[in-house]
Amino acid sequence: MESGENAFLTAFQLIVGMDPVLTGIVLLSLQVSLSAVLIAALIGLPLGAAIALWRFPGRGLLITLLNAFMGLPPVVAGLLVYLLLSRAGPLGQFGLLFTPTAMVIAQCLLVLPIVAALTRQVVEDLWNEYAEQLQSLGASRLRSIPTLLWDGRISLVTAVLAGFGRASAEVGAVLIVGGNIDGVTRVMTTAIALETSRGDLPLALGLGLVLMLLVALVNGAAFLMGEAARRRAG
Amino acid sequence: MIRRIRRLVLGLLLLGLPGGVSAADRHITLASTTSTEQSGLFAHIIPVFRNSTGIDVRVVAVGTGQAFAIARRGDADALLVHDRDGEDEFVARGYGQERQDVMYNDFILIGPSQDPAAVAGADNIVDALQRIAGARVPFVSRGDDSGTYRAERRIWELAGISPSGSWYRALGSGMGPTLNTAAGMDAYVLADRGTWLSFGNRQNLTVLFEGDETLFNPYGSVLINPERHPHLKHDLAEIWHRWLISDEGQAAIASFTLRGEPVFFPSGR
Repeated sequence: MESGENAFLTAFQLIVGMDPVLTGIVLLSLQVSLSAVLIAALIGLPLGAAIALWRFPGRGLLITLLNAFMGLPPVVAGLLVYLLLSRAGPLGQFGLLFTPTAMVIAQCLLVLPIVAALTRQVVEDLWNEYAEQLQSLGASRLRSIPTLLWDGRISLVTAVLAGFGRASAEVGAVLIVGGNIDGVTRVMTTAIALETSRGDLPLALGLGLVLMLLVALVNGAAFLMGEAARRRAG
Repeated sequence: MIRRIRRLVLGLLLLGLPGGVSAADRHITLASTTSTEQSGLFAHIIPVFRNSTGIDVRVVAVGTGQAFAIARRGDADALLVHDRDGEDEFVARGYGQERQDVMYNDFILIGPSQDPAAVAGADNIVDALQRIAGARVPFVSRGDDSGTYRAERRIWELAGISPSGSWYRALGSGMGPTLNTAAGMDAYVLADRGTWLSFGNRQNLTVLFEGDETLFNPYGSVLINPERHPHLKHDLAEIWHRWLISDEGQAAIASFTLRGEPVFFPSGR
């Protein structure tokens, strides 16, 4: 990648030129962050709904912890996953450190609390509203989960997008567990950090603009899907 | 609804988890310093190595202290750093099997071109740092556990000064961010020549003092002890370790230049 005189021009040249190095970095960024968000959603949506519907001892503490973990510093998440995946750590024999898989795990750890905590809130509100109705139809709590998740889908898409925002923006975790290896684990944010430390500020900011564009495109796609779903629902 | 979920799960499976490492490719993971990676040295020499051996080298570029930690935990197959004392200790404590000289360059004293502490006229680097401390002009330090920081501490010790006060700012950052900070506050800073030559945001900074033999900056390759970490790709790492000091490796290092200047000088036997 070459830098130009100013960031906007550099961003424009990077996009128009379809720089192969940049294309690889962009694809890996999307692959890592989208995988992390999908896994976090598959776990976090049912988990959040379950916490919303059942009453059990320690529930308040669990909700508080879940909310607190929305603020987990990426660097701490990275360090935890590093120690876990390191050869000297408990999962060391799988050799996952410094691979994209390690980056997915670290980002999943960051996204899961956001998806689960926001889902808990959305589903709990819906439950308060529809509990009697659902119970009169004979639906158990377990059977109510899919219905409630489907009912709250518009809000839940926003929760998942918030998770995607966190995954695509963070640099601390992927830097530690991925190692920013050229062509293997270098993603947009670690590339931006690298170019900043090399003092190539126009290229760093140019890459930042490309990343923002990418995140905007993903959010735009989610918005259009939401609109389409709303129209189909009438 | 259920069908939708099924479709989602299927889609997820098709998208596939980003794979770890395919079994077929031959590569090693090298823990090294930011100065070697960011200067572009590895991008210059690794293709040469790959062409002649078919082995790829994946570089994790961190501070020297962190590179040692990664290697101690068995997370890297090879190590290339610049802290002679630390490397010897690494071998002495049984983590490394052997250490060899690969190349060297030097540290340089960077500062604002007006040079308020007049270090350009200093007799040697110790005198230069004493002038900075005496004038109490801003000096930024890496403040991490890097090879450059360890070298800086050694020179302060030689100068008989333990730097403190508002003029001395320990950042805890890599070389690049430290240079960015120095450029922003017109401060003095000790840097390695490789990072400086590749650094783009110099603003008012310039090289003010260089050439003292205390500023010698040797880089060593350490072969990691296979008994401690049997899972490492020791045989491939040894090919890399030997290649660095081979005629081909040394020539590849010597032919790397930035702005027309050589950055590292081969020193392998």
